[in-house]
Amino acid sequence: MQHESISLSDHKPLLSVNDISHYYGNSIGCRNVSFDLYPGEVLGIVGESGSGKSTLLKCLSASLAPSTGSILYRDRTDAVHDIYAVSEAKRRMLARTDWGIVEQNPRDGLRLNVSAGANIGERLMAVGARHYGDIRHEALGWLGKVEIDLNRVDDFPATFSGGMQQRLQIARNLVNKPRLIFMDEPTGGLDVSVQARLLDLLRRLVSELNLSVIIVTHDLAVARLLSHRLMVMQRGEVVESGLTDQVLDDPHHPYTQLLVSSVLVA
Amino acid sequence: MRMNDSGLDGYNFAYLDEQTKRMIRRAILKAIAIPGYQVPFGSREMPLPYGWGTGGIQITAAVLGTDDTLKVIDQGSDDTTNAVNIRRFFSRTAGVATTTKTTEASVIQTRHRIPEKKLREDQVLIYQVPIPEPLRFMEPREIETRKMHALQEYGVMHVKLYEDIARFGHIATTYNYPVRVNDRYVMAPSPIPKFDNPKMNDMPALQLFGAGREKRIYAIPPYTKVSSLDFDDHPFEVQKWDETCALCGASDSFLDEIVLNDTGDRMFVCSDSDYCEERRELGYKGTQPEEQGDAA
Repeated sequence: MQHESISLSDHKPLLSVNDISHYYGNSIGCRNVSFDLYPGEVLGIVGESGSGKSTLLKCLSASLAPSTGSILYRDRTDAVHDIYAVSEAKRRMLARTDWGIVEQNPRDGLRLNVSAGANIGERLMAVGARHYGDIRHEALGWLGKVEIDLNRVDDFPATFSGGMQQRLQIARNLVNKPRLIFMDEPTGGLDVSVQARLLDLLRRLVSELNLSVIIVTHDLAVARLLSHRLMVMQRGEVVESGLTDQVLDDPHHPYTQLLVSSVLVA
Repeated sequence: MRMNDSGLDGYNFAYLDEQTKRMIRRAILKAIAIPGYQVPFGSREMPLPYGWGTGGIQITAAVLGTDDTLKVIDQGSDDTTNAVNIRRFFSRTAGVATTTKTTEASVIQTRHRIPEKKLREDQVLIYQVPIPEPLRFMEPREIETRKMHALQEYGVMHVKLYEDIARFGHIATTYNYPVRVNDRYVMAPSPIPKFDNPKMNDMPALQLFGAGREKRIYAIPPYTKVSSLDFDDHPFEVQKWDETCALCGASDSFLDEIVLNDTGDRMFVCSDSDYCEERRELGYKGTQPEEQGDAA
């Protein structure tokens, strides 16, 4: 099942994943995963827990070196980097300028001992912003964009609700206009109405900023709402991939069929 | 390998054995070669508790020679517990001359202050350091902070300053104010007041920093650029006082506030006791009579 049909302004892939495998000792994390991600595209990775989704995401987001395979990233100047072959300095630089990682648990992605404003400003300061007024202005702007009350700018993230923390984490990642966002279950642990608002927000930001996103979820509804393309994983391998609606409406692989038929309808 | 028999019987010159001193000197040389970089060293047990200057005292022991004159400062003063004890320790174990005069000293061990008097090329200033890692507040993992130093990822230091301004309207960090050495390493200057930060820049004397518990030595070679971190719209500033020293009338020194009684009377005096005494000997007078100063 191919997906060249998606019309894209730029036909060069942003991220090329070639035959990625990761083993934890003898057990498989993920195996032989290959795909291309194009600018502005949202790729969903679904599968049951233990299917290797998070391992794959860690490999892709440069936080876990894969056992074999390579990942090529095309930067703003059109130069291609093999992210595990370049120096660690370069990799970390890309991670804080070009990429964003939204953790499942916002407490893992936020600095809890500094205020919300400082959390948003950190990436700006990391790339050399040295004007307090500008940083603060930017932080307030982003609080507004993620629908957090501006009065909370000097409060600690620990005093925020789960949904607000998640939105703060998104603001913190998007502040210096990255091109590629990795999300691991961004709506996990949130109640449905908060989930819905967060999904609306994400959908709006993704289209406004023309972001490319790789989103891991076990929630097919989230996948259908956000992603253009879907990969279904089982036991570390991709068993089916294609356009989201195609995969969900006409699943071919027995496991995908099982997954789709297991969704509860309220 | 004993260099000299002066000092207390049964002890090696300056307390430490010669092999330990060699090890510390190697660490010092490396530290001087890479200004601001924290060099690990095999810190020894010293006959005083951690936090009392075990790092500084080991560096002093390693650089001290028989013809040196030692001055020890604690919070600017020569006659506080820490200063008195360390001075006595070295006069017993090394038999070196000691002094309270900044100009006469060749080696100065200090806690919390840099002398007001400008230091010379033939002097060495040794700081006692409790927490050598400036990134520690933001990043608790040592393995990560070392990586951040290596890759010059110093954005988080400004996050801390941002946090100050957001909460207090100005940079409220007043001591251990982070500096960048030679445009490369961000360094904790030990808990000196930020009043003293500008003195570190381009100082003719060699500056050595020793953290005994954390087992780190770092250094600033003579005439090295040391700049304090700040924001463009919130530039670095030192403390200012409306008062002058009550004893010597100095307006250019770091002042300690001393509470005199329980009715709210207080006086401001130079924290650098040697500087204050010298000025009084030269005839400078403050606003308060001498006998009150002696009582304080």
